[in-house]
Amino acid sequence: MNQALKRSHEPIFWLLFGAGGMLAALIGAMLVLITAFAVPLGLLPADAFSYANMLAFAQNLFGKAFILAVVALFFWHAVHRIFHSLHDVGIHAGTGARVLCYGTALAGTLLTVWALWTIGF
Amino acid sequence: MSAAMAKVSVLRYRPEQDEVPVWQDYQVPYSDDMSVLTALNYIKDELDGTLSLRWSCRQAICGSCGMMIGGKPSLACKTFLRDYPEGIRVEALAHFPIERDLVVVMDGFMDKLQKVKPYIIPKEARSLDEGEYLQTPAEMDLYAQFAGCINCGLCYAACPQVGLNPDFIGPGAIALLHRYNLDSRDGGSAERMALINSEVGVFNCTAVGYCSEVCPKMVDPANAVNVGKMNSARDYFFRFMRPAGEKGECR
Repeated sequence: MNQALKRSHEPIFWLLFGAGGMLAALIGAMLVLITAFAVPLGLLPADAFSYANMLAFAQNLFGKAFILAVVALFFWHAVHRIFHSLHDVGIHAGTGARVLCYGTALAGTLLTVWALWTIGF
Repeated sequence: MSAAMAKVSVLRYRPEQDEVPVWQDYQVPYSDDMSVLTALNYIKDELDGTLSLRWSCRQAICGSCGMMIGGKPSLACKTFLRDYPEGIRVEALAHFPIERDLVVVMDGFMDKLQKVKPYIIPKEARSLDEGEYLQTPAEMDLYAQFAGCINCGLCYAACPQVGLNPDFIGPGAIALLHRYNLDSRDGGSAERMALINSEVGVFNCTAVGYCSEVCPKMVDPANAVNVGKMNSARDYFFRFMRPAGEKGECR
């Protein structure tokens, strides 16, 4: 019966999902606090998120790596959860939904890479 | 006998007369220490001999009396009427085909148990005169929890993914597989890996964790499945660094 077993390719997506989930749990809430509340409400110095500062951050290699990790891994985490939730609520989504879900994450990742590249070093 | 009575609603299914399962209500004499199993046996002995159910030990050892009680997978012997003052609803175990009344078809489950090779595959064969395989208490502690499974099937009834994909090898069988993998006398992990890696393997699980919650023997199948996911992910990416064609390999 082992001959009939097909290997699941889920580890690729599960690891991306896990990495995104871990990152979101560690810094997701903090990022929301800083970007949505602390800076707009003036709890942090007003120029913390100034254009010049953010541009410098995005042009730094470590800054780029951070932005890519946050955007891409959050994307992969979210689409994996959405895809499996569809299954849970009884929508037995096939290849189409799979391509749509993971395709979105791939597009988001490539877009981020492109943006980080074109913004310069 | 006390005058207090309790309502027990049972989902009946007699294939020769019921097209679909139907509810039937019974009144049984109530006492504080009455288990659901005692109530069902009262019904069978005193009220309605046609009621079918499986049971044996009455003390959560044999794993025969698994059923849905108030919608939750439970052992009838370990669940008490006193916790259901509004009356109790008893159905056959979810995610299993009903054979008759509270009796389900366990064949698919038994087949899955066999597939995990739930026996010690010795690391190296020993002849009889070399004596038994020795193990320290610390080595036994590693797997003892997973060896507590009584094959009652509650975790299968609890698992939404078993409900959605009956081919999923499921929590109980994966816990049993993990039990043998963790055994210091066993050398069969690689042989069992193909099943873990496969499309009916651990990645069907979405980490709901209800399997471990309903287990009457405090086994933690959710943990076994999670460890299986990590092992499978490692195997997925590092398999190219091993010689091809290993035993039990799946492509």
